[in-house]
Amino acid sequence: MATVDDLKFQEFDDAANLLAANPDATTISIDEPGEIPKNRHSRLQEPGREEDDELLGTDDSDKTELLAGQKKSAPFWTFEYYQTFFDVDTYQVLDRIKGSVFPVPGKNFVRLYIRSNPDLYGPFWICATLVFTIAVSGNLSNFFIHLGKPTYHYVPEFRKVSIAATTIYAYAWLVPLALWGFLMWRNSKVMNIVSYSFLEIVCVYGYSLFIYIPTAILWIIPQKVVRWVLVMFSLCLSGSVLVMTFWPAVRDDNRRIALATVGTIVLLHALLAVGCLAYFFDAPELDFPAPIIPVHNGTAVITKS
Amino acid sequence: FAGLADVSISEDIPVEGEITVPVGSRSPDEDYSTLDEPVKDTIMRDLKAVGKKFVHVMYPKKSSALLRDWDLWGPLVLCVSLALMLQGGSADSKDDGGPQFAEVFVIIWFGAVVITINSKLLGGTISFFQSLCVLGYCVLPLTVAMLVCRLVLLAGSGTVSFIIRLIVVVAMFGWSTLASTAFLADSQPPNRKALVVYPIFLFYFVISWMILTFTPQ
Repeated sequence: MATVDDLKFQEFDDAANLLAANPDATTISIDEPGEIPKNRHSRLQEPGREEDDELLGTDDSDKTELLAGQKKSAPFWTFEYYQTFFDVDTYQVLDRIKGSVFPVPGKNFVRLYIRSNPDLYGPFWICATLVFTIAVSGNLSNFFIHLGKPTYHYVPEFRKVSIAATTIYAYAWLVPLALWGFLMWRNSKVMNIVSYSFLEIVCVYGYSLFIYIPTAILWIIPQKVVRWVLVMFSLCLSGSVLVMTFWPAVRDDNRRIALATVGTIVLLHALLAVGCLAYFFDAPELDFPAPIIPVHNGTAVITKS
Repeated sequence: FAGLADVSISEDIPVEGEITVPVGSRSPDEDYSTLDEPVKDTIMRDLKAVGKKFVHVMYPKKSSALLRDWDLWGPLVLCVSLALMLQGGSADSKDDGGPQFAEVFVIIWFGAVVITINSKLLGGTISFFQSLCVLGYCVLPLTVAMLVCRLVLLAGSGTVSFIIRLIVVVAMFGWSTLASTAFLADSQPPNRKALVVYPIFLFYFVISWMILTFTPQ
């Protein structure tokens, strides 16, 4: 029969003190749930896949997937739903821009910077800035190239703004849509480890266009060589960001399809740059001094090359 | 108190007064019903409100008058006058000239709406029409710049006039941006202020560019 003393509440000592008093007692330790998958993955994987872990950030991918499911729970007709796409601070936007301009080899832009928080602020305003930068720079460059010619009359060329806007916004939104559809289709055929949501693809494309803003400003310099060097340089930087993002998503696929996809991405990016350069910026004319050709009847004809 | 019992009011002194408690202000009916006032009063009241806001824009202090009593008359007048003054830009063909009236109108209003939606999406506490009101009124310095540019262009269109126009437009662009930032930046969460100010900067930059590149026929 239990005495009154047995029924009284008993304080238990700290686990460390109890263990010190009785070192042979059996103990149970409960690990952090995050550690177990890490151990499992590192034991079971072949060495070639380790880079995928770094690229994927497998540690927090489970957590981020859960979080992503919880975040956008407002119905799509409310204002709060769209506010979740603008949930970024100033330093985050600046970090993402920095990540798109200085691609770290081996690091995936989406996993490193976006981390399940894709925003629409960056893509939208970078595109808007790019539209006006290209239009203004093109106008300025044409002005300086044709300055001094007697027949030249300056025109603001305002129509080109709407053409630039259509082109750049179409590129930044339709190409990600097509790419996303294509990746979804391939996902249904081949099991890919990495898959991106539509907004993450839009995000990557939007931020990768940032390098073209300073490039467009520098295109005012009326030298062909300078312009093409700038094209190559900016294409390398932003193209590498895109390639490093999308290569893990297609590498499990048929080799040729993977290479074709990545090649198309780079090709479209290059087409945008070259197309903008060709349409908005007139070719700089070569500045030779006009040669004087003596004509047989004695009069000199001045020609301009 | 015995003496008070003898006090009586003689009957030939008339006693007058109102029984009702006097109300401090006019009755609510008179305040809100403006149907009976002359039309001049109505118009003058609105004009005075618009004029007061113009003064607030030109000397931006942190007053809440612009925000509290928003109206869109001022922005409409400014937008229409700016678009009218930007007419008559030179064009060899119809395609390459300056912006047409509709383009200026659309850029100003659509741009202001987009900036307002952007600031609300980022978590701003200002209301939609208040923001439109502020952005519209802060176009005033640029409209003044346009006026000055047209006057300078009447005098001539050489390098000197271009430098004058450049200085005037840049100064007014800075004034516009600072004025609107002074009114709008306070309603934003502090770690997103730059995200809200940058589109305003872009908006006024585009308008300044249209003003600066205006070349008459």
